[in-house]
Amino acid sequence: MYAFEFERPTTVDDAVKALASEDAQALGGGQTLIPTLKQRLAAPETLVSLGGIAEMKGVCIGDSGEVCIGGATSHATVAAEAGQYPALAELAAHIGDPAVRNRGTIGGSLANNDPSACYPAAALGSNATIITNKRDIAADDYFQGMFTTALEEGEIITEVRFPVPEKANYQKFVQPASRFALVGVFVAKYSDGVRVAVTGASEEGVHRWSEAEEALSADFSADAISGLSVPADGLIGDLHGTPEYRAHLVKVMTGRAVTASA
Amino acid sequence: MPKDGGIGASSKRREDVRFLTGRGRYTDDININNQTYVHFLRSDVAHATIKGIDTSSADAMPGVVRIFTGADFEGIGSIPCGWQVTDRHGEPMQEPAHPVLAQGKVRHVGDPICAVVAESLEQARDAAEAIELDLEELPAVVDMKAAVADGSTKVHDDLTSNLCYDWGFVEENREAVDEAIKSAAHVTTLELVNNRLVANPMEPRVAVGDWNAGTDDYTLYTTSQNPHVIRLLMGAFVLGIPEHKLRVVAPDVGGGFGTKIFHYAEEAFCTFAAKQVGRPVKWTSSRSEAFMSDAHGRDHVTKIELALDADNNFTALRTETYANMGAYLSTFAPSIPTWLHGTLMAGNYKTPLIYVNVKAVFTNTVPVDAYRGAGRPEATFQLERVVDKAARELGVDPIELRRQNFITEFPYATPVAVEYDTGDYHATMDKLAEIGDLSGFEARLEESKKRGKLRGLGVNCYIEACGIAPSNLVGQLGARAGLYESATVRVNATGSISVMTGSHSHGQGHETAFPQVIAEMIGIDESQIEIVHGDTATSPMGMGTYGSRSLAVGGSAMVRAAEKVINKAKKIASHLLEASEADIELKDGQFTVAGTDKSVAWGDVTLAAYVPHNYPLEEIEPGLEETAFYDPNNFTYPSGAYCCEVEVDPDTGKVTIESFAAADDFGNIVNPMIVSGQVHGGLAQGIGQALLENCSYDENGQILSASYMDYAMPRADDVPFYEVDHSCQTPCTHNPLGVKGCGEAGAIGSPPAVVNAVVDALQRAGKDVTHIDMPLTPGKVWAAMNG
Ligand SMILES: Cc1cc2nc3c(=O)[nH]c(=O)nc-3n(C[C@H](O)[C@H](O)[C@H](O)COP(=O)(O)OP(=O)(O)OC[C@H]3O[C@@H](n4cnc5c(N)ncnc54)[C@H](O)[C@@H]3O)c2cc1C
Repeated sequence: MYAFEFERPTTVDDAVKALASEDAQALGGGQTLIPTLKQRLAAPETLVSLGGIAEMKGVCIGDSGEVCIGGATSHATVAAEAGQYPALAELAAHIGDPAVRNRGTIGGSLANNDPSACYPAAALGSNATIITNKRDIAADDYFQGMFTTALEEGEIITEVRFPVPEKANYQKFVQPASRFALVGVFVAKYSDGVRVAVTGASEEGVHRWSEAEEALSADFSADAISGLSVPADGLIGDLHGTPEYRAHLVKVMTGRAVTASA
Repeated sequence: MPKDGGIGASSKRREDVRFLTGRGRYTDDININNQTYVHFLRSDVAHATIKGIDTSSADAMPGVVRIFTGADFEGIGSIPCGWQVTDRHGEPMQEPAHPVLAQGKVRHVGDPICAVVAESLEQARDAAEAIELDLEELPAVVDMKAAVADGSTKVHDDLTSNLCYDWGFVEENREAVDEAIKSAAHVTTLELVNNRLVANPMEPRVAVGDWNAGTDDYTLYTTSQNPHVIRLLMGAFVLGIPEHKLRVVAPDVGGGFGTKIFHYAEEAFCTFAAKQVGRPVKWTSSRSEAFMSDAHGRDHVTKIELALDADNNFTALRTETYANMGAYLSTFAPSIPTWLHGTLMAGNYKTPLIYVNVKAVFTNTVPVDAYRGAGRPEATFQLERVVDKAARELGVDPIELRRQNFITEFPYATPVAVEYDTGDYHATMDKLAEIGDLSGFEARLEESKKRGKLRGLGVNCYIEACGIAPSNLVGQLGARAGLYESATVRVNATGSISVMTGSHSHGQGHETAFPQVIAEMIGIDESQIEIVHGDTATSPMGMGTYGSRSLAVGGSAMVRAAEKVINKAKKIASHLLEASEADIELKDGQFTVAGTDKSVAWGDVTLAAYVPHNYPLEEIEPGLEETAFYDPNNFTYPSGAYCCEVEVDPDTGKVTIESFAAADDFGNIVNPMIVSGQVHGGLAQGIGQALLENCSYDENGQILSASYMDYAMPRADDVPFYEVDHSCQTPCTHNPLGVKGCGEAGAIGSPPAVVNAVVDALQRAGKDVTHIDMPLTPGKVWAAMNG
């Protein structure tokens, strides 16, 4: 680790100010950033912890029934308190291990946008709104390729709002070493249609599978996608799976998510 | 009735109290006043010429004490190899130099180039970043077969090729084996890979070097399984420090699995540099460094052929293996694919003719050496896979084919130079059938089918050679060390006992099990006995712990020393009791005169030894302390039968282990609970190898699985609850305890059971799959299932 300054503001405003200084970086739960620092792969001058900002923590229900999660809320809190959206709580309950869930935050996960992370699938699959200190961003506009998002320098995710679907489920097929998603599929059925978001599979990061969405919007059953196939082009190939295998898993996991949707 | 003490009791592991409450004292807990920290700048490429190293800016960085390069080690010895293998033609293996810091070339990712000694670790790392390296990359040698093809880039320019040796065993059998295979009724052939593993002990390696300016004495604190071996290798071969001026301490060590046997460059560096900078020097490996600097394990590519006659009797076996040595020869590397592998190829079977060919190959990868089982898992895996494949080809029951070919008479001289003293392979197979409920398999298969899962059953046997090893024999085979063990039994005045052993415990539970033996012999409470180990200053010269040798060899030395103590104590007792020595009996801590009610307690005799007022001083010396060295006259041969049931998800290829049973014959058992624990740990590592673990290199020699993000370690939910049994006991015939060793069995016997089970599941589902290389990841199984 290189030496850095450390700040722990208690309001979003103070955090935004602190982040305006050169080479300052936000620190959520540190579950991605701290290992990066330890390997000396990043060298921020100042770390601005968001952990002391009470207004960014916790789960509540919004005016139109959406589940609103503060940007600095831990995975463990979401698992325990987002019971209004069971598929989301369940997803949070299976991120990493207890230490990761107690430290890691939804804001950190979405800001990082790891191509194998779980929350991006939930956010895109639910068309959640990502609220920052500056603006509201629809999930469809937010994810811009692996490790890339619509966030600007110094912009903080303060809250994420999830409209609650009729039915939803997340199926995660774990990569055996990291236990991130080798392929994860989030399926959510809303009154106006079905959304299917896929993580772990694509070199472009989290994305929607529109053919499946169409088929499932017409008939919400695993059979509805049996005739579809996922092209392997552009999918990730690594030690843990070829693009062909990932393509196959996308379909299998989608079917399972539909079947398991509650 | 289970005993509550002594041999056979499941005494609780006393060392666990400190390990589990954070009170262990590991090498990294040792901090010496005024110590400095070293950070190694390691190669990030697999193969390159070092054109230049400019440390001028780095030297001026804050906190830098001194920066060392290979040039500082001119005239210093090379990291030695402890075993010389002789090839098929009677020539010695090719043995390259292994400098402490790279000289001229770097040969693997992780090869240390510079060592920055500084006031703090962070300052050392900062300065390392300011070093300017000029490396001219060379093509990386990674694939073994390509490495030995004509025209390959050489890992070592001064060797004739990348072939370390081409070993044939038994060379005289070569033609007879070829003939037998040609004329066989059936030959089953299998080509397979034994995947490269990283040992991953929980505690990474650490070294602290200290030099006493007043006395010119050196002390090295290190994470080692064998401190005396390190003292000898480093003192005599690398740094030229006489043993009486060098102390090596291996305190609590958090797991070794073989990878902490070897003498490493970092140990030599810290010891050497401590004098150079006049201050203690400490190195603590990061986990990332461990992946690229701890010796790896396995990494064989093998073709095996099993010949059978028309009645399905095994008639001959031929194997050809490429064994990866990595870039340099680690301490015992050459012996692993040869003497610890070729000699085990008979397995449990009376195959009359065997020929083993091993080509050891240098590549631009981390050195490969012993890892739990060391050679024996590789032998067992190929043999038990080919036997299974043969059964399937011939349409016979895999268990029956094994039984038909079992060795049943002992002692049995195999055609690969070893003589099994005892064993009962039918007994362990019978026991397996019982504890693994093999007759209930069909019902479980149906139940799995109902849930849409493919179920398979894999069975295999194993034999291993433990209790390493008779010194005169290994000397003939090229070992540059003896493999006896030592112990000093020091009886204190009040009767308590300290045993200084050359064995080293790094998780095995010696501090509990060894006292059980002494307690049994004397009849005192285990709590009166303490085991002292891990320090060359306190223990007699010993060879350390590996090869499941501690109880069989170290325990035997302890028994011999205790016998000497008891004999002397009897003399003292006979004096105190005014009886003839021949009439003195020791039982339950009391010396009695046979046939009388006269007795004297253990503690009174020991007190008399140290307060010799009423004592036969003209006949015997005061004091009660004896040392013994024990050199075994054969290996021990644990054996067993294992079975595994798996389910395969046909949609994803994911394998889950539904059950695993192990019936082992370890001979006599001192502590059944510890033995079960050893088997459990071995099974987890074997299952890890079969399903999860893989150290993978790309064609440029970069490690693709260099962290836990990509190197899959087995976790609790990857393994089932095990059924383990060790009630089949054919005691070893040649050591005083009749024990065989249990530390490696689980890791040796389990990989073939898992792979056999998966192949069984797929074949039952009508898939034309005869083999899948480990690890059986979901992606690989799915690909195999789908052609
Ligand atoms: C062992 C392990 C296992 C894991 N397994 C999984 C898994 O299975 N699935 C999964 O999805 N994830 C997994 N993770 C990742 C985990 O969920 C992390 O918590 C998450 O990716 C990052 O969140 P964080 O709060 O720790 O962010 P940090 O590490 O603190 O920060 C990550 C990045 O986000 C930025 N940032 C943090 N908070 C905000 C914010 N509110 N607004 C804007 N930018 C912000 C930081 O500046 C930094 O660039 C795992 C991590 C570990 C260590």
